[in-house]
Amino acid sequence: MGNFRTELGVGLFMLAGLACLFYLAVSLGDFQPFGSARYPLEARFVSSSGLKPGAFVEVGGVRVGRVTAIELDPETYESRVHLELDPEVRLQEDAIASIRTEGIIGDKFIKITPGGSDAILAPGDTMFETESSISLEELISKYIFESDN
Amino acid sequence: MSDGGLRGGPLSTPVAGLGRFGLYLALLAPHLLRPWRQPGAVLRQLHFIGARSVTVIAVAGGFVGMVVALQFHDTLVRFGAVGMLGAAVVLSLIRELAPVLTALIVIGRVGSAMCAEMGIMRSDNQVDALECMAIDPYGYLLAPRFIATLIAVPLLTALFNVVGIGGGWFVGVVMFDISGGAYFSAMADSVLGRDVAMDVVKSLVFALVIVWICTGKGFLMHLAARPAFGAEGVSRTTTEAVVAASITVLFADYIISALML
Repeated sequence: MGNFRTELGVGLFMLAGLACLFYLAVSLGDFQPFGSARYPLEARFVSSSGLKPGAFVEVGGVRVGRVTAIELDPETYESRVHLELDPEVRLQEDAIASIRTEGIIGDKFIKITPGGSDAILAPGDTMFETESSISLEELISKYIFESDN
Repeated sequence: MSDGGLRGGPLSTPVAGLGRFGLYLALLAPHLLRPWRQPGAVLRQLHFIGARSVTVIAVAGGFVGMVVALQFHDTLVRFGAVGMLGAAVVLSLIRELAPVLTALIVIGRVGSAMCAEMGIMRSDNQVDALECMAIDPYGYLLAPRFIATLIAVPLLTALFNVVGIGGGWFVGVVMFDISGGAYFSAMADSVLGRDVAMDVVKSLVFALVIVWICTGKGFLMHLAARPAFGAEGVSRTTTEAVVAASITVLFADYIISALML
């Protein structure tokens, strides 16, 4: 029966190891083997400074999605931010996407304020109502130089 | 001598030694493409390398997770940022500590044993005896060890990570009263797919380094610049293999981090 116990031990070890690997990849690493149920949206910002792929998207303080990619539009020099949102979250056409900071030195995230329009954004649509990142340095320098005058 | 036609001896230089290890891997590679040839041998090696390392990996992972959480808590609490504890623990574990420490533990527990086993077989001419029976020692002795190590080390690393996260949770949430939700959400927010990929790549590379150097040192013991025979030779070769494998793992760790960050 020695051979059977070896097989059982190896089987248990491999099950435990694969379970750990699966937990790391799926639960922590956002790896989705079966495809994501979330739907894509795009938002255009004058500046998305400090925002990173993987940043979360909030509506009313609840996390409903994340940023998948950020790229520059070479024609308008705007930042095109690709988002993915949970399917049950339906946003109006005039919903406002703003880039906010978690605390003072925390990570940037996107806060979405619902709008009042009847038209609902379909998957792949673009949000044009946006507020760019607020740069603390710019605010401070503005305050210093304006008070000089 | 049944060494795949490799030649060494007293005139061997370090460069020739490196080339010999390269040829050793090249001679072995075709056997790694047919991993189902000896399921029984692979299973026995998996039991030795993987299943029986679980306890030491779990204990080490738990304590490493706990001490990392303790150290980071002491620093983060000064900045009022203990909410970041989960992120700090998981990133240090997944990117660096788990792959490296698992590799070092496996070198100590398994690599030394494999090197000594190969060395004694070489020293007793058992490898030549295999060849007399027309059994290729590369396929029969070495391939199962390579395959089992390449499977077991990534799984052990994943286990180290998860137990370490549990250890960090114990110190952060149970001892220091951080919210459990904050610990796990900071963790999920900070880890990207890239970090998990780095963890897996590192553990696979380390597995190859461990089994390559440790079995190679023992198997090619008689070809070294100072040819090793008998008990003293096996002891010296095993020491050299453990040192070389540990240094190579740390060196490879730096290279992979530099490439993937």
